[in-house]
Amino acid sequence: MPNRIITYAEALREAMREEMRNDASVFLIGEDIGIYGGAFGVTQGLIEEFGPERVIDTPISEVAIVGAAVGASLIGMRPVAEIMFFDFMTICSDQLVNQAAKIRFMFGGKARVPIVVRSPAGSGTGAAGHHSGSLESWFAHVPGLKVVAPATPYDAKGLLKSSIRDDNPVVFVEHKLLYRTKGPVPEEEYLVPIGKAEIKREGKDVSLIAYSIMTMRSLEAAEILAKEGIEAEVVDIRSLRPLDEETILQSVKKTNRAVVIYEPPRFGGFGAEVVSLITEKAFDYLDAPVERLGGEEMPPPYNPHLERELVPQVEDIVETVKRMLE
Amino acid sequence: MDLQQKLKLYYQMLLIRDFEETAEELYMAGKVWGTFHLYVGEEAVAVGACAALQPEDYITSTHRGHGHCIAKGADVKKMMAELMGKKTGYCLGLGGSMHIADLEKGNLGATGIVGSAIPIAVGAALGCKLQKNGRVVLCFFGDGAANTGAFHEAVNMAAIFKLPVVFMCENNMYAMSFSVKKAFAIADIAERAQGYGIPGVVANGNDVLEVYEITKEAVERARKGEGPTLIEAKTYRFKGHSKSDKNVYRSKEEIKEWMRRDPILLFEKHLLEEEKVDPQKLQEIKQKAEKEIEEAVAFAEASEELSIEEARRLVYAE
Ligand SMILES: Cc1ncc(C[n+]2csc(CCOP(=O)(O)OP(=O)(O)O)c2C)c(N)n1
Repeated sequence: MPNRIITYAEALREAMREEMRNDASVFLIGEDIGIYGGAFGVTQGLIEEFGPERVIDTPISEVAIVGAAVGASLIGMRPVAEIMFFDFMTICSDQLVNQAAKIRFMFGGKARVPIVVRSPAGSGTGAAGHHSGSLESWFAHVPGLKVVAPATPYDAKGLLKSSIRDDNPVVFVEHKLLYRTKGPVPEEEYLVPIGKAEIKREGKDVSLIAYSIMTMRSLEAAEILAKEGIEAEVVDIRSLRPLDEETILQSVKKTNRAVVIYEPPRFGGFGAEVVSLITEKAFDYLDAPVERLGGEEMPPPYNPHLERELVPQVEDIVETVKRMLE
Repeated sequence: MDLQQKLKLYYQMLLIRDFEETAEELYMAGKVWGTFHLYVGEEAVAVGACAALQPEDYITSTHRGHGHCIAKGADVKKMMAELMGKKTGYCLGLGGSMHIADLEKGNLGATGIVGSAIPIAVGAALGCKLQKNGRVVLCFFGDGAANTGAFHEAVNMAAIFKLPVVFMCENNMYAMSFSVKKAFAIADIAERAQGYGIPGVVANGNDVLEVYEITKEAVERARKGEGPTLIEAKTYRFKGHSKSDKNVYRSKEEIKEWMRRDPILLFEKHLLEEEKVDPQKLQEIKQKAEKEIEEAVAFAEASEELSIEEARRLVYAE
């Protein structure tokens, strides 16, 4: 068996373990990442191997967590900070947006801020308005930040390793519903480059362009569509910023139809960026207007039925494609 | 405090305990979901502190807020309905366990962002001062919240403006897995008060009467315009942090040790030994609480859910 099957959470842990073994400047900092192993168990066991000096449990102080990462990075460390829920990124946004993202440029290119801020995003766990946020569109809007959002365990590991090695601040978006999903991850060392999308399924009739959990829902939708004779191509963006325009455009030029699927509220969200890209650079290839499936413009509700309606589901993707092809 | 009032506190503590234990059962049965944070073991803090307030005073609450709601007079029917995501719940099923608010009873709501209700409490106290309404705000938060930036900015502001707010730090010894021994370089969180120029007091958070007395004094001070007090009520949560907690960071002995200091048992002892209450009377109070919770579950189960169209209309005020 060339590939082991492991979970998304395990893949992330492996990435951190390998990078910490390879590079003494890598350390982890965040709330409850030590003996508790992180709110979603991602850092489980790391404190046993690396000790409390490199797996640093902190008080509930998000500003200081990200600020400390920025400061340490300025003198040559490579911190990986965990922010327990993506919603809490608003608290440390000054450090991330005003400091981490701008320092290199404002200091004339002389400083580097090689930090990674990992955080679980997304709804679907019944955690209501303060624990279900998808704010990646906001951070993708900030020049100087890289934003990645892997969908599979393979990409989670490869992208996290690349993020840790990257000399820029990287916001690493992990969808909570993906942590326990499984997939093949090689034993041997590999990297997934930041800024490279991937065709996760080939097709000729329509391009489903997504990232994170929406990639997985698009793949499911493609299975269903295939049974009805519709071949959907699934483009996994993986990296929101920098964005791999080429792979997206090539796919649309081949299929002539596109649906962009993302979890944050539809209005002003990241998907709008992809739609503009397609209409600017591949308009002549389109056989139908590009469709955009985003989240409801609503804070995440607690009630599970309403929560399900908040974000695109497999059946929404299937219906949209069928309507497009009618 | 007269016996009648004491029996009311006893009833409220039992109601909280029953509510929490029932909520946990409903979670196991899949009727309540997501995550929630049980208040079991800390009942004396909410009940003692709220007893020192007038009905028109305000509170702000936390992610571990069920006890605060009940102590401020919330209807457990509406709370249970909220936990089951029903339209009849306090937040129409949109907020769930972590966001219950009861504006009519002066409960300005719970927050899932640790520390974020502290500035809101200070704002409400500022409002009280501007409105000259004589009301006081009681702000509940945990030991973990005391390490957020929001805490520092808000307490300082309340202190310099002499606002009518009482900061009630519920020190249950852990912020999730992080023990206060590791999270603070000082012995008592109440010491922090000094740095803001306000009084800081430590209370035995498992003694409902002590919490009441100390809070009463702070409330009076606030009402007289003398500004905030920081109270640190030392207590313990019997259950895990939330539903996903494996409890690996604290020992069984420690938990057992604190369970011997169960605030309800301690108060029961006081009522029996000092107040010479007939045990039969306490039994009746217990049964009354149990019945109220049973009725709350029945009410919640029979309730309907909100539609997405109704939810959409709530995003903006009309
Ligand atoms: C800003 C923020 N950071 C982290 C969390 C995750 N979290 C929820 S409760 C909690 C511990 C809070 O401890 P404390 O304030 O002492 O309250 P307790 O849970 O002990 O009642 C943490 C870390 C959060 N909800 N908000």
